[in-house]
Amino acid sequence: MTTTPPRELPEFDVDSTIYKHLADSQMNVELDTGDMILNIGPQHPATHGTLRLVVRLDGERVIAADPIIGYMHRGYEKLTEFRTYPQITTLINRIDWLSSFANEVPFIAGAELLMGIEAPPRALWIRTALTELSRIATFLLFLGEMGLQVGAITPAFYGFRDREYVLNLIEASTGGRFHPNFNRIGGIKDDLPWGWIADTRECMAKVLESCDTFEDLVVGNPIFEQRTRSIGIIPAELGAGYGVSGSNLRASGVDWDLRRDGNPHLPYDQLDWKVWTHPDGDSFARYWVRLQETRESARMVLQLIDGLPSGPIMAKVPRIIKVPAGEVWVNTENPLGEMGYYIVSKGATGPFRVKIRSASFSNVSILPWLLRGVYVPDVITILASLYFILGDIDR
Amino acid sequence: MFNVLALDIGWVTTLGIKTLIVLALVPLGALILGYTFLLKMMSHMQSRLGPMDPGGFHGWYQLVGDGIKFLQKEDIMPEQADRRVFALAPAVVVLSTFLVFVVIPAGPRIVVADLDVGVFYALAVSSLSVIGVLMAGWASANKYAVLGALRAAAQLIAYELPLVLAVVGVVIQTETMNLQGIVAFQHGGEIFGFGGLGFPLIVTQFVGFALFMVAAQAELTQPPFDMPVAESELVAGYMVEYTGFRFLFFFIGEFGTAFAFAGLAATLFLGGWAVPFVDPADNRLLWDIVGPLVLFGKVMFVAFLMFWARFTYPRLREDQLQALAWKWLIPIALINILATGVLKVAF
Repeated sequence: MTTTPPRELPEFDVDSTIYKHLADSQMNVELDTGDMILNIGPQHPATHGTLRLVVRLDGERVIAADPIIGYMHRGYEKLTEFRTYPQITTLINRIDWLSSFANEVPFIAGAELLMGIEAPPRALWIRTALTELSRIATFLLFLGEMGLQVGAITPAFYGFRDREYVLNLIEASTGGRFHPNFNRIGGIKDDLPWGWIADTRECMAKVLESCDTFEDLVVGNPIFEQRTRSIGIIPAELGAGYGVSGSNLRASGVDWDLRRDGNPHLPYDQLDWKVWTHPDGDSFARYWVRLQETRESARMVLQLIDGLPSGPIMAKVPRIIKVPAGEVWVNTENPLGEMGYYIVSKGATGPFRVKIRSASFSNVSILPWLLRGVYVPDVITILASLYFILGDIDR
Repeated sequence: MFNVLALDIGWVTTLGIKTLIVLALVPLGALILGYTFLLKMMSHMQSRLGPMDPGGFHGWYQLVGDGIKFLQKEDIMPEQADRRVFALAPAVVVLSTFLVFVVIPAGPRIVVADLDVGVFYALAVSSLSVIGVLMAGWASANKYAVLGALRAAAQLIAYELPLVLAVVGVVIQTETMNLQGIVAFQHGGEIFGFGGLGFPLIVTQFVGFALFMVAAQAELTQPPFDMPVAESELVAGYMVEYTGFRFLFFFIGEFGTAFAFAGLAATLFLGGWAVPFVDPADNRLLWDIVGPLVLFGKVMFVAFLMFWARFTYPRLREDQLQALAWKWLIPIALINILATGVLKVAF
């Protein structure tokens, strides 16, 4: 058996080209700057709260982005197990705090389904009107906020100003600007106050006007278009695969709205309205779709206050609410996307288990895919256009 | 300028007084612009309520309150900061602003240094501020600050060229680099034999004026060119670690430079301190008093245009910003120079 002799170690007078080559590679290593890891958040103005994005950068280009959530986890799913049904609406108001009223609706609808109670039509119509009002309030903030993240400060102030009119309406009818806590199992707490209908009509005119302003000021701005067109494109199948829902998915061309296609537990089928979609799926499309939906919601509110039926606002409900044993899954179209509650009842005054499906959690789950290869400024545009609320991610 | 008082006060005293005036002028200009545009005009444009409230009448107290706030803030320096460079950077930024004011004439004799290469000097010292910005970004030991500072450096280099090239047309037409000479040219000129308006160079150099305004906006890092400070992504860029008085220095530098660039634009394109119809040689003392007011009015007009754009437009991305400078502004500026040269020779 023969073995190859061990190779001799090179001596000092080896070919100098080797050393030249080594010197070259050394130079390349020295000139290579390596990647930089940038923490965007948890305290960063573009993350609407405490989302943390760990971004690996090559210059200004993102190689990898990793969203880290949970800084605002408040354990609402667990807390609901220790509350009675009427108490839980206080908690779920705070999941998506910009459209709190819309959060209450699916939960109350689920409890009503389990108990076999049906709210009277007047209550349902007022619920629908308030849901659409909270949608308008949320989207007006988005329309301004997106401008701010792209660098224009003015739309943000317009957005906040016009949202205030809508919040005043919600406050007038429910008593709360942010957390109305207005739904009751079997109806709503109070009837509408005097003069509310006239105020709403006036306010909706303002909202429609404000939408025109945003169309002129932001959508029609060439720099805004340059910053958002073909940035952050979500393909329809991929978006649906990640569970992206709501306006984000409709901006990718998917004609799917739970208000029309699901069971919204609200009288949307009696209104004349339209689902808006945009084929592009980029940041611009998401802005455009939300702008159109704000208009559509304002028109819906006008129809709702015109056709408001008379009658009671509460069904007959027992004094102590006990929900019969059973399970129910209710999902509705919230301003941020699909929101659902899976309620398991064992016949007590409170639920046995509640699973909350919040829209933003699924919407940001696409971020690692979406942010690969974009520039740092586009990270901010994409975050703004996805429009998430931290409370809605972490619950 | 002081021999009009029939006093012989030696050059040292004169120099001291001139220095004091320039030193007072920069913060004063910054305050005026900050008050008029940042607080009042922005409040009206954006329906802001806050700055219109303090102190009763039209929120006059807001600026005072802001100043007091900055003065009493704690002076924080990051632990890993390069302490000396960190402390020096705001001073370097403000220094470049002071230096620009030296050559801007505000009257027949109201000018600190009447340099023969005034235009060249003003544009050269105005770009010194990038050194301060780079120092601030590097010394802060903060990734956002470094990103902001590097963006600022790239941007200022890219926009320095159109700024200079835009002014070359003026220099070709007036055949002088002396700012007083340029003012005199505009005052004494005629448009097709009609001398009533003088000859403000914006009439022929309107392309140059537009380029100058765009490039100045980028030099000032104001929207739509505020990538280096981009508060929604880089938080505040190179200024992110600065607090209190040091931050106030950056603030004064920003608005003082805006004042200086507006002054340059007014002098180069709008006729400077002179008013047509009247010959300042008749009563030089009167024009030493009226001239600054005329210039101030024009400066405020130019600054209004700058801040109008600032409050209206979103921000460009860094690569789009560079593309705008290299693919559009510089070629247009070169064509403008060519056209000016050809017309100069032809007529």
